[in-house]
Amino acid sequence: MIKAILVFNNHGKPRLSKFYQYFPEDMQQQIIKETFQLVSKRDDNVCNFLEGGSLIGGSDYKLIYRHYATLYFVFYVDSSESELGILDLIQVFVETLDKCFENVCELDLIFHVDKVHYILNELVMGGMVLETNMTEILTRIEDQNKLEKQEAGIAAAPARAVSAVKNMNIPQQIKDIKLPDLPQAIKDLKF
Amino acid sequence: MALKKVKGNIERMFDKNLTDLVRGIRNNKENEAKYISQCMEDIKQELRQDNLTVKSNAVAKLTYLQMLGYDISWAGFNIIEVMSSSKFTLKRIGYLSASQSFHCDSELLMLTTNMIRKELNSQNPYESGLALTSLSCYISTDLARDLSNDILTLLSSTKPYIRKKAVLMMYKVFLKYPEALRPAFPRLKEKLEDPDPGVQSAAVNVVCELARKNPKNYLSLAPIFFKLMTTSTNNWMLIKIIKLFGALTPLEPRLGKKLIEPLTNLIHSTSAMSLLYECINTVIAVLISISSGMPNHAASIQLCVQKLRILIEDSDQNLKYLGLLAMSKILKTHPKSVQAHKDLILQCLEDKDESIRLRALDLLYGMVSKKNLMEIVKKLMVHMDKAEGTVYRDELLSKIILICSQNNYQFITNFEWYITVLVELAQMEFGSKQGHVIGAQLMDVCIRVQAIRSFAVAEMAQLLEVYTSTSQFTIMQEVLYAAAWLCGEFVSELQKPEDTLLSLLKYKILPQHIESVFIQNIIKIFASVMEKYELKEQYDDILRLCDLVTEKMSESIKSGELEVQERASTSLIIMKIVQEEISAKKTMGNTKILDSDEPLEGKSVMNPEATVAAELLSLFNGELNPVAPKAQKKVPVPEGLDLDAWINEPVEESDSESEPEFTENLFVKTDKGRNEKYQQEPTEDDIRRSREARKYEQQNNPHYLKGNSTESSNGNGREDIENIPVAELDLNVPLKVVGHKRSDKYLKTSTDKKKSKKKSKKKHRSESSSDENVQQEFTVEVKRDMELPEGATLSDSDSDHAHKDDPHRALDIDLDFTPPPGPNLISPIIISAANQNKRTIKLKKRRNTLRTSRRRKSPVRKRARRGERRAPVNIKKESLLVVDKENEEKGQTKIKKVKKEKKEKKKSKDKEGKSKSKKHGSRGYEEALGISTPSKEFQ
Repeated sequence: MIKAILVFNNHGKPRLSKFYQYFPEDMQQQIIKETFQLVSKRDDNVCNFLEGGSLIGGSDYKLIYRHYATLYFVFYVDSSESELGILDLIQVFVETLDKCFENVCELDLIFHVDKVHYILNELVMGGMVLETNMTEILTRIEDQNKLEKQEAGIAAAPARAVSAVKNMNIPQQIKDIKLPDLPQAIKDLKF
Repeated sequence: MALKKVKGNIERMFDKNLTDLVRGIRNNKENEAKYISQCMEDIKQELRQDNLTVKSNAVAKLTYLQMLGYDISWAGFNIIEVMSSSKFTLKRIGYLSASQSFHCDSELLMLTTNMIRKELNSQNPYESGLALTSLSCYISTDLARDLSNDILTLLSSTKPYIRKKAVLMMYKVFLKYPEALRPAFPRLKEKLEDPDPGVQSAAVNVVCELARKNPKNYLSLAPIFFKLMTTSTNNWMLIKIIKLFGALTPLEPRLGKKLIEPLTNLIHSTSAMSLLYECINTVIAVLISISSGMPNHAASIQLCVQKLRILIEDSDQNLKYLGLLAMSKILKTHPKSVQAHKDLILQCLEDKDESIRLRALDLLYGMVSKKNLMEIVKKLMVHMDKAEGTVYRDELLSKIILICSQNNYQFITNFEWYITVLVELAQMEFGSKQGHVIGAQLMDVCIRVQAIRSFAVAEMAQLLEVYTSTSQFTIMQEVLYAAAWLCGEFVSELQKPEDTLLSLLKYKILPQHIESVFIQNIIKIFASVMEKYELKEQYDDILRLCDLVTEKMSESIKSGELEVQERASTSLIIMKIVQEEISAKKTMGNTKILDSDEPLEGKSVMNPEATVAAELLSLFNGELNPVAPKAQKKVPVPEGLDLDAWINEPVEESDSESEPEFTENLFVKTDKGRNEKYQQEPTEDDIRRSREARKYEQQNNPHYLKGNSTESSNGNGREDIENIPVAELDLNVPLKVVGHKRSDKYLKTSTDKKKSKKKSKKKHRSESSSDENVQQEFTVEVKRDMELPEGATLSDSDSDHAHKDDPHRALDIDLDFTPPPGPNLISPIIISAANQNKRTIKLKKRRNTLRTSRRRKSPVRKRARRGERRAPVNIKKESLLVVDKENEEKGQTKIKKVKKEKKEKKKSKDKEGKSKSKKHGSRGYEEALGISTPSKEFQ
């Protein structure tokens, strides 16, 4: 069983947290913090397994992680999971993210944490591995996205317009509008 | 009015969505908390609106805030509202939020039952899939009971996507509602042969999890799994199956024999490391369970060890780690085959990776011998200096102690060296629990090894002296506990007991249990010092010491801890008695008026048995032996004693209320809290009744300080001196004489760490060169016996280490997590086959309740019991296995072909992958994430 899946960046800021066993919020934060401290001081060329997270589980639990550029992907698993298998699962997860976001980067995870959750839900369900075949996973995700788009249709138009307007960042654009240099223009005027 | 509504709608359009929230938080890094609390207000506002879209927007934001550590349980009702939306988009938001914030104890879950049921039966597979995924995170017992039938129906859905999720969901249902297991089991079994590989894999996954809790129920499925193992090419599923077999083989050795061959084939053929590793693991499990009687048993072990060596030698740290992990399993049963690779393991101790070092440490205890022990420990001590994390340090310490103390110090040739090591360890920094370990070890060595006592005691006296005289000296306080006890107990070995006594008397603030030990042992040493003086009739010296002790004790008697108080006051009284006796003697000696009973000759002829000191010493008479770890449990309950029966009928509440009144009389200090609590005035009658009850109880309670004696001795001790039954003391005990055997050459000042380090290093060298000499010099005898109650034997007390890595330990410990025993957990076959099941179930229930206490029953008995019940299953399974054999052989040839092709393809791919993945670290971020190598093992 997988007990928890955590994604955080090089500074320990959580980007995704999924606990398959209940922990109150403050405890969750402590776990993230502790995990970050354990993982961050390890070099990149050491093994990807760690024991000794004191907050989850006990001796049966292992921490399996991968470090990609600015992000750590950490899985807390018990002894019924294969260590190398989980490492591959993390790889599948990241590659799926990469396909869905097209060259995924930390910003994608920051702004679309909900989508990341939806993707993760196609891989792992309730702490058990649901699917490891990437094509299957991608079809499921795309199908559901289509479903959302259909629903959006006309109803979402105003909302989309609003967000488009927001994204335009009007104040900045107003600042950026270049007006011709007036005094010069005045001088240039020829009577 | 209408205008207002329109206006409201337009305003809402400009509400912040999730992206805005995230952006806002990023822009307000300085006052994030303030910004978020502002957003929370907005969200609360939004949740009050009627529009579901607005609400869902708010809920999406809440989900994000939950990740940052904000409690959002207050919005539970709103989340449910969003979940009930008819739109998939909104529903998704609601269900996601629910899965993040709900848990099985949420009261709101009651409201969701019907909604989730509707969703599960939805026409749209994604809607029911969504509900299943979300439900799996917070299913409660009630939900499991109410929805189990709906989920069971989904098992036969036409869509594999739903079947797959439903299968996994069933496991969660079983956990919360074990009664569902029995009816669902046949369906689950069907799913093992589902046409869709995903569903198959999910079913295997679930059975594997179930088998962790109670493997024997799933033995009947072995043939199906065997078939799957030989036909499937899905590595993920193969791994799970092989892991499952690893759990089943200990229960059924015949299964193991069948497995060896296909597993060895897999080991040879597979290119996936994960699969290879799991195969080795299971082969090891098989070999352990059948242990012998296999034709090519040794060959299989050899194969495993060889493959593991390749893993350990690999440059990939992960493989190295796993190789060591698997090695430690072999070590338990076949230490010799592992010992051949000692070089490799010692090399791993030097690895820069802590995880790997830890694993190598685990293996170390199988690697030591008399010859290399000192060397290895020296290496570990060097590591100890370098190590940063306390986890690793603690592990190092416990491993040093483990390897040195294993088999009653079998490998230690020089105990002085070991004591020095322990003392050095005591001066390092560890986690809080480690001091106790060192202390216990010091005491254990001294008790068991008589020859080392004088050296150890000298060492301890030194420690105490340095500790009390300087303030910078750091040492673990728990070690002081051992030091004080050892000095007191083996006072005869002390060279300068008086000095030690003085340094003990200078103790500073200590934890209460240590302070009590100090007090107790001060008296012990005092008694022995006093004896010496008394024989020489140096009464003034005794009186001077008395004053010193009394002074310290009157400080300690003010302690807040009862234990310290009690010991201090006892000591004070003893001192008082001694003082009086001695001053009496002194005046007698001075005036030369001697009792007619005592001999009149000179000083030296004084009868040693008539001294006050002898009386005092008799208090501490007799040797203390190590007690076997389970001795207490083994004390048989005397016949006719019912520990559960009330001694007195429980007295009503008034009893506990009137308690403070009594304690006030008994102890000087009373608890304030208690006094405040005591408000109701009990009636005269109540008090009388409860007083009687208590008196009766006190009389029967051996641990109770009898009120009378304490009072009188506290109050007017002078009168009581005569009453103290001095005459009854046993005076036939031979006197302890201060020993002269001390080996002075080992005395050294260990004030600063480095100095002692150097010395010990020197010692290593000199000792290793003259190992034989040392051995001859000390014919060290280690006491191996431990005290046990009569009739009990040590045989069935297992060591805890043996069970540490047992993968099924969870079965025993996690009792509340295990589905309760009963008919449900026994697989249908067993039930149908065993008519006597009712009796078995009863037995099982009882066993479960007793499990914690009985966990370590002798294996023979366990097996016997298991055998009884398993019998009917075996017969059936055996026949199934025979049928399978033909299929199995056909299957294998097929697989081999397929695999060969695959292998070649993979080889080329792997090469690409490796070269790419190696560059990860140095490359830019986007590139690193954009690797397009297909996952090696699951494609």
